[in-house]
Amino acid sequence: MRTAIASLLAIFAGFGTTFKYFFVKKPTIQYPSVKKQHAPRFHGLHELRRYDDGKERCIGCELCQIACPANAITVIGAENTPEDRRSPGERYAARYEIDELRCIFCGLCEEACPTDAIVLTPRFEMADYRRGSFIFAKDRLLVPADAGVGAAPDERPNGIPSDLGRVTEQKSTVSIVDGYSATWRGEVLKTDRKGLAG
Amino acid sequence: MNAAPLWLVVVIKSAILLFVVITTFAYAMLAERKVMAWMQMRPGPNRVGPWGMLQPAADAAKMMFKEDLTPKTADVLVYRIAPFISLATAMGAYAIIPFSESAAGVWSIGDVNAGILFIFALTSIGVYGISLAGWASGSKFPLLGGIRATAQMISYELSMTMSVVGVLILAGTTSLVGIVHAQNRLWFVIPQLVGFAIYVTTAVAETNRAPFDLVEAETELVGGFHTEYSGLRFGLFFIAEYLNMITVSCIGTLLFLGGWNAPFGLTVIPGIVWFLIKVGLFLFLYIWLRTTLPRFRYDRLMAFGWKILLPVATVNVLATAALVAVLPQ
Repeated sequence: MRTAIASLLAIFAGFGTTFKYFFVKKPTIQYPSVKKQHAPRFHGLHELRRYDDGKERCIGCELCQIACPANAITVIGAENTPEDRRSPGERYAARYEIDELRCIFCGLCEEACPTDAIVLTPRFEMADYRRGSFIFAKDRLLVPADAGVGAAPDERPNGIPSDLGRVTEQKSTVSIVDGYSATWRGEVLKTDRKGLAG
Repeated sequence: MNAAPLWLVVVIKSAILLFVVITTFAYAMLAERKVMAWMQMRPGPNRVGPWGMLQPAADAAKMMFKEDLTPKTADVLVYRIAPFISLATAMGAYAIIPFSESAAGVWSIGDVNAGILFIFALTSIGVYGISLAGWASGSKFPLLGGIRATAQMISYELSMTMSVVGVLILAGTTSLVGIVHAQNRLWFVIPQLVGFAIYVTTAVAETNRAPFDLVEAETELVGGFHTEYSGLRFGLFFIAEYLNMITVSCIGTLLFLGGWNAPFGLTVIPGIVWFLIKVGLFLFLYIWLRTTLPRFRYDRLMAFGWKILLPVATVNVLATAALVAVLPQ
């Protein structure tokens, strides 16, 4: 009898609990319209920074490629020539590709880089429909010439960059199959799909 | 104004009622999802329209465009008819439910003098919809769900009817309008508190709602009796379930909560509003129950129905009858 009464009271206590939570403020973040504040040094999509004069920081040394535990980075360096100086050093990255599906966002590339060229930004919205489009080449990694130089993790004021969401809108203009000649991405994927699991 | 022919009056009344009831169903469904979400610290549906208000319309459109599947092993005719049995019986009850009363008369399609019996008869037929659906699907989970439906609804119907008998003794009539009139001074929930508690419990079981939803029991039976149903046919079962829920809420209001009688002499507010408020409270209780209590085990459900509810209901009837016989007035 006593246990029966106790369990009956327990049921009413349960009603009280659910009724209390009816009024509790909901912790849900309305994601696409409201974005979560990340930690300032959140590891998201990579970015290749520039110097103040617009030159690329990357010197094509391939240390990030060696450091990468997931083999996600491919760097092919080339010599700078007096007519075409892309970086202050002798060499620059002719091709710089990161397979964001392989990447584990550990940040070892960031640590390995002698010129602070590669950094991980807080951007994380990279969803797309094809595997091939997750191979980010220089056209999407390098800070556009008119968009400043990019910020090192320590310089970021908070977790949300003002252009969050830009990543998915921007489509590649570089053929990821045959180098960095400007090609419309859709065509590349259509003609060279064999090599891409997309 | 010349008196309109009776059939025209009935058709117009039915059309209005159908519209109101279907709208109520749609928003009862939304309200359930919202309330459950809030109790589980979620915001609930809020993508379709402001505050998710167009969610029922979106759901209806989805249901209509889904493929209507019939399993190869199904008994096709019965399989196709079963949802309509469920829905027709669920809707039939609204023909005689009085919603309010004005100088012009009672707000109902038909005032049957054996109203409560008619409703119990209809809800009993409603079992056929579910058990036939389970049997005709030709697959094991629906069959188990159908068997459970038959056993559960028959055993809880007994206690439910018993719990109502106390009210009938006090009111001295089986007409729903008469029962409401008998509660002008005192709502039957006070003298019939035990009957009310039993009614609420059995009503939840009768409509196969959590925590008595063993007929569907997702964790054990996939979807129970409607496992094989899809698209609009599933939608019909869904509508029937909610209509039954609203029906038993209406009946509970009429029998125990004084129908459209205003509490504390607040007759400024029209009776229909009071009726709707009371039905709304009932529906909220339903949703609250579903969020709070886990599903019963099947044998405990049967034991609870036969060993506790039925004896208590019987004693309640006897005690009420004895008191009415002994006390003057």
